[in-house]
Amino acid sequence: MASELNKLTIADASSKLRGREITATQLTRDCLDRIAAAEPRLHAFITVCEREALEQARAADARLAAGNAPALCGIPLGIKDIYATRGIRTTCGSRILETFVPPFDATVIERLRADGAIFVGKTNMDEFAMGSSTENSAFGPTMNPHDIGRVAGGSSGGSAAAVAAYECLGALGTDTGGSIREPASFCGVVGIKPTYSRVSRYGVVAYASSLDQVGPFARSVRDAAIIIRTLAGKDARDSTCSARPVPDYERALTGDVKGLRIGVPREFFVEGMQPEVEKSVRSALKNYESLGASTVEISLPHTGYAIAAYYLVATAEASANLARYDGIRFGLRVNAEDNIALYETTRAHGFGAEVKRRIMLGTFALSAGYYDAYYLKAQKVRTLIRNDFERAFEKCDLIVTPVAPTTAFKIGEKMNEPLTMYLSDIFTISLNLAGLPGMSIPCGHDSNNLPIGMQLIAPPFAEETILRAGDAFERTGAFKPRTPAV
Amino acid sequence: MAGTKITLEQVRHVARLARLEWSPEQEERLRADMDEMLAYVDKLNELDTKEVAPTTQVGEAGMPMRDDEVTNRPAAEAMLANAPSSERGYFKVPKIIE
Repeated sequence: MASELNKLTIADASSKLRGREITATQLTRDCLDRIAAAEPRLHAFITVCEREALEQARAADARLAAGNAPALCGIPLGIKDIYATRGIRTTCGSRILETFVPPFDATVIERLRADGAIFVGKTNMDEFAMGSSTENSAFGPTMNPHDIGRVAGGSSGGSAAAVAAYECLGALGTDTGGSIREPASFCGVVGIKPTYSRVSRYGVVAYASSLDQVGPFARSVRDAAIIIRTLAGKDARDSTCSARPVPDYERALTGDVKGLRIGVPREFFVEGMQPEVEKSVRSALKNYESLGASTVEISLPHTGYAIAAYYLVATAEASANLARYDGIRFGLRVNAEDNIALYETTRAHGFGAEVKRRIMLGTFALSAGYYDAYYLKAQKVRTLIRNDFERAFEKCDLIVTPVAPTTAFKIGEKMNEPLTMYLSDIFTISLNLAGLPGMSIPCGHDSNNLPIGMQLIAPPFAEETILRAGDAFERTGAFKPRTPAV
Repeated sequence: MAGTKITLEQVRHVARLARLEWSPEQEERLRADMDEMLAYVDKLNELDTKEVAPTTQVGEAGMPMRDDEVTNRPAAEAMLANAPSSERGYFKVPKIIE
């Protein structure tokens, strides 16, 4: 019988590691055993790094024995396959990068390594982070640990599923339109998209640079706070990264939300939403009221335009960012008689359908004669969406909404309808357009035992408000996440 | 009835700009998908944005400056290790000049 150390939270594991009650090697082995047992049903990982992880674990144990190790020393994490990891294949879920082995580490990977964190593997994702279900991975979909007939969400579906299924204690994802929050909601874990510019993107494969942000998955708010403390902070290699000091996020977890003003946007409780989702979020709001917070109805009038604005801004930026995959310097090459034909056949074979569709839409939105009508128009609407939030935060400190209109949908259900798939991000996408921090936290289950997520939104750089409120909700014990079926 | 936000001719032009090759069957499906998306984003025109400034970035204002110093060592071999084709320290491509 396995010792199941893989089920510990990061906070508990860290204290046991530093108290020498357990070793990083035992903890890592339990995660690897769990991966071996669960992967045939889940497919949360593209690459499992058994040898590297055990080497890291030995180094962590030596450091733990010496004393004064950081909180993440010896903690096994899953890393979305979008992060450059030196010496470890980084595919971004794409055939075009199937054999790419980066010669460098992303800044956040470097920081996690410096703290002694352990990487058990690279997690599955929608190709180039384009998708809401992880079905767009060139390596096949990830299954939801609560029901393997359903999606894990996306694009960071592998990371969410791996954390939910105890394959690792925490994980990294990225969020461009909801790619951390939606899978966190579908898999019943905590996921945070920090403020735009809070965390360096150096070494993170770019999708839409004005929207992309790095963030963690974990099984508790405290664990997520521990991870973002290591991730956040200035980086000379990412000029968009903020120089603001990084707070000790764990200190924000006081359990006290007395006097907190919670805004509830009327546009987020719309027709077509699964009734159990609304019921769960409303019930969580009652919990907040009983803790001394107040709720106020607010309006975000341009919410209905966010998806349209997003799909122009994001695809335009993607069309430029993905121009580098041309078969010359790295990645797949499909030979042809001349260079132009080589680019065209390489890209036709290397990219999947959704990536190509988005490159096409973005190229069109930026092309001569259409720029003003599409791209510029979308950027102006983006301003209106930002203004909505600015006005709303005059009346409240935190906004609470559902993460997604439904719980996890069935595999294959939305694959042939791109627009329907895009609509699953309706509640998350406006935060990326406005650059705001947001968290998904489990708040209930539907009648099929599928997790429901609540989204907490704060003004820029107010991650502490989100963490404090999320932690306070966990402490009420009003809702206890179920152990997944797998 | 099929929409007319984008013609097959335009799809082929955009494909050329994006350096993407499509089969004739794929082109028609793609046109229909793009048409649906463009019809959807048309809803942005319900909004009057004449007086609205565009948002190009949401980060903190200004661009930080730093000294232009080399911080990484030359690593040509490591870079070429991922090349689909290389020879004598160069990336190799099909002949482009007769």
